Amino acid sequence: MGFLPFVFPFAELEVGQQLYWQIGNFRIHGQVFMTSWLLIGALLALVVIGTKKMERDPRGVQNLLEFLWDYIRDLARTQIGEKVYRDWMPFIGTLFLFIFVSNWGGALVPWKLIKLPSGELGAPTADINTTVALALLVSLSYFYAGLSNKGLRYFEYYVHPTPIMLPFKIVEDFTKPLSLSFRLFGNILADELVVAVLVFLVPLVLPVPVMFLGLFTSAIQALIFATLAAYYIGEAVEEHH
Amino acid sequence: MPTLFLFGASEGGLFDFDATLPLMAVQVVLLTFILNALFFKPVGRVVEEREDYVNTSRAEAKKKIAEVELLETELKDQLKEARLEAQKVILEAEQDSENLYKEALALATSEANASREKARREIDSQRDEALNQLKSEADNLGDLIIERLLAKK
Repeated sequence: MGFLPFVFPFAELEVGQQLYWQIGNFRIHGQVFMTSWLLIGALLALVVIGTKKMERDPRGVQNLLEFLWDYIRDLARTQIGEKVYRDWMPFIGTLFLFIFVSNWGGALVPWKLIKLPSGELGAPTADINTTVALALLVSLSYFYAGLSNKGLRYFEYYVHPTPIMLPFKIVEDFTKPLSLSFRLFGNILADELVVAVLVFLVPLVLPVPVMFLGLFTSAIQALIFATLAAYYIGEAVEEHH
Repeated sequence: MPTLFLFGASEGGLFDFDATLPLMAVQVVLLTFILNALFFKPVGRVVEEREDYVNTSRAEAKKKIAEVELLETELKDQLKEARLEAQKVILEAEQDSENLYKEALALATSEANASREKARREIDSQRDEALNQLKSEADNLGDLIIERLLAKK
């Protein structure tokens, strides 16, 4: 990807340009928060509308919300197990919904129409900070899940089934967040870049199938992230015999 | 310098880590709590209430079906008994009527026999009488003929 700004020095493609906001001594990426707030706002609006007047015979948005709830429950239950999935369902569901809304929002909303002084608006998940934040939250969660469910016996997991596994299991604790964050980041950023490059090269027809592919990838990535997060938590709370 | 530009040695780049990371983490944690309160809890309550409702309704329906089946078998038994009784009654009635018929027939036959016998006896006696009368008349006539023949001579 490093060659991109040089192949298209005149393109409107900006990789790695950020809109900085200064808060005290810290700098944050303004465009990431702007899009994430908008998308979270849309998500919360949908949730508020759908749960405003819930009935036993669901109508309208309530159907959609119940479908999502059911989907997330199945996901959490199959990966984490019947015993503790209830505790982790909101976290898994939030990961799924946030990533899904971010990915689709980045792909569907024509952010390019809004000009920023620096950087450009896009999917919040195309920023490495977001994906690493999510991945680290998953790491903390599965440690917390393991320790709170099994206490110090959680560390038996590292020598299960044999102590030979110990170094691999320790390495896994680092590769898990790394792979989670980079998978999501790479997929979403690559999707945005492919669409942008194609739109730049062939502005007609050709980008459309790639855009659909992008929507597909976006949904799949949200599902993969949530499923893996649930799987890691399930692995941590699983009882070995 | 493309590598510097992309990997964010000083300014910008794809791997530009800064306070966005912890802030985003806090934001997602907050979102988790908000969604738990606004989405997961209320929707879960509604869905689970409905599941309970469906389950209890189904259990009740099953119980009712079992009751109905029980009643059905009872009624079938009753019906069977009633049918058997009816058959018995019909059989008895048939037998009674047959008996009555037989009795009536026997009575009628005996009466008929009796009256026939009587009639025969009457006929016999009358015939005997008639024969006697004839005989006596014939005798008288014979006597008369003989007298007359004798008188002519």
